[in-house]
Amino acid sequence: MTTKIFVPRDAAALSMGADKVAEALATQARQRGLDVRIIRNGSRGMLWLEPLVEVETTQGRVAYGPVRASDVASLFEAGFLSGGDHRLGHGLTEKIPFLARQQRLTFARCGVTDPLSLDDYKAHGGFEGLAKAMALTPAAIVEAVTQSGLRGRGGAAFPTGIKWRTAMNAVADQKYIVCNADEGDSGTYADRMIMEGDPFSLIEGMAIAGLATGATRGYIYIRSEYPHAFGVINEAIRSAESAGIIGKAIMGKGPAFHLEARLGAGAYICGEETSLLDSLEGKRGQVRAKPPLPAISGLFGKPTVINNVISFTSVPWIMAHGASAYADYGMGRSRGTLPVQLAGNIKFGGLFETAFGISLRTLVEELGGGTHSGRPLRAVQIGGPLGAYHPAHQLDTILDYEALAAIKGMVGHGGIVVFDDSVDMARQARFAMEFCAVESCGKCTPCRIGARRGVEVIDKMIAGDHRAENRALLEDLCTLMTDGSLCAMGGLTPLPVMSALTHFPEDFDKPAMPLAAE
Amino acid sequence: MAGAHTKASEVPAEFDETRARMVIARLAHLEGALLPILHELSHEFGYVDIRNVPLLAEALNISRADVHGTISFYHDFKTAPQGRHVLKLCRAEACQSMGCESLVAHLAATHHLAPGETTPDRALSVETVYCLGNCALSPAAMLDGELIGRLDHDQLDQIVLDATGMRS
Repeated sequence: MTTKIFVPRDAAALSMGADKVAEALATQARQRGLDVRIIRNGSRGMLWLEPLVEVETTQGRVAYGPVRASDVASLFEAGFLSGGDHRLGHGLTEKIPFLARQQRLTFARCGVTDPLSLDDYKAHGGFEGLAKAMALTPAAIVEAVTQSGLRGRGGAAFPTGIKWRTAMNAVADQKYIVCNADEGDSGTYADRMIMEGDPFSLIEGMAIAGLATGATRGYIYIRSEYPHAFGVINEAIRSAESAGIIGKAIMGKGPAFHLEARLGAGAYICGEETSLLDSLEGKRGQVRAKPPLPAISGLFGKPTVINNVISFTSVPWIMAHGASAYADYGMGRSRGTLPVQLAGNIKFGGLFETAFGISLRTLVEELGGGTHSGRPLRAVQIGGPLGAYHPAHQLDTILDYEALAAIKGMVGHGGIVVFDDSVDMARQARFAMEFCAVESCGKCTPCRIGARRGVEVIDKMIAGDHRAENRALLEDLCTLMTDGSLCAMGGLTPLPVMSALTHFPEDFDKPAMPLAAE
Repeated sequence: MAGAHTKASEVPAEFDETRARMVIARLAHLEGALLPILHELSHEFGYVDIRNVPLLAEALNISRADVHGTISFYHDFKTAPQGRHVLKLCRAEACQSMGCESLVAHLAATHHLAPGETTPDRALSVETVYCLGNCALSPAAMLDGELIGRLDHDQLDQIVLDATGMRS
């Protein structure tokens, strides 16, 4: 009998040597005359255990990790093919608390299936949402997405149904569906993980958007820092086309839907939807003034739905199980689930999909195990480089859009970066401005010039030069950037800066440092 | 702002107009063809020679200024050849929390190499990158397209030695 062994092909697993582990498993199984089949699955998201090797047994899948190639011989000797005990063993994968405590809707298949197997995808509920959508009118699809309460998971949290309705009602000879896979926020990797681990769910979600709006062309704009995701998505598109799921007719009988993946070119700002559209058009990735909204005049001036990867990949589940089933998860105006990404200086870093409403402390301390360094936690940054820094005493805050906004923070794309007590928050504030200066598209003055002035002002504060006056100047600059910038880049950079200043004023008041920075 | 500019005196010799025209012709039919073509030229030649600018402008019926503007906007498009190996060091927040700046300092102190530089023998270029999506296994880096997690000083030394030792 063939024993199935799972070794992730996810880039995070590869970064810890998954290919070498897979190779060693294959070689040694051959030498031992054992009949095994190695499946390269996606990641389960327990990244501190990567490479996480799983073996299919009669009881279920048994997990071992983190496995190095040098551990492989001892795994065979321990009889891991029948779930034998080993120092790297974790028992049944599904019973590992980090996984067992999740509510996996969007990531239900990720890490379970072979990402490029259409049979696996169908066997695990794939294309059920698309099949249901095929039987509905566009208006009914849009209504379901609206009723689910799904808000854009890229960071802006705009109701997805409203975007779709606007594009549906627009009249044009060509409409587009664009997926924003320019996941540039530090601390986030949910888009990458699902593109590598369950690419058909993205294709399915975009095809449903096509049905809902009458768009017959779609683009997935993937950042160039994600070559593995780009490769998997391209393969998945080809196989979905040859299986007749997309292309000339959705599922062989619907309208056309042609999908193409495009590579970004290393510009953080292209995660902003309008600069992404300009970039797709082959231009500098500069932000456009709104209105017109992309849903009215987007890619090449045509009505365009542009959503984040996780927004699209949430839709198949909503269509298959019903809007109210999705809305039953979550709280207040934050409905459904969020794939939280635990990152940075954290002991058990990984992706934790959960209904909105879990506390930050549960995520960071209970599930995440505190800092990787073992030193006291000092700050968490939530929502990427434009998100606020929160001190340890704010960890009892509930994770939802409104609760974080109430403490001057934001959920963003759901990344939580942990810092221990060695962090210098004045330096972090300076970096926020520096990053904005490097990545600003340059179109509006508050962002282009403001960020540079911000770096200079913070440098002066660190150097002990007129600290009180420069603090007032920095606050004034932040107000200007918040109110006057064209998009979230300049508009939200003040968030990390001001939160550092508000919660960690002592770091701006240290003995003067020389001006030469980094 | 993005983009590396090349002085006229640094214009390299590897440019082959016929090959460049073939790459451009193959992709010019795409919607928004410029970025895919620039990626393909980078792949084919290792950089985007500025002598491509008029060819691109002509093929896509846009101005040379538009082509130049696009090339110079994006970090990925280099207008001069890079090292044979490229190491991208992530220096965004998650990697900062795990000490990526000490890797940068180590690279400078031990190997006299800073992000943005190439070794004199053109064996290795080092670049700063902001996020590789490996934020639970920081510090992260990417060597010739292969992702690395939990990068430490020893591994970094090995990368530099391997790259500079592999020169032909």
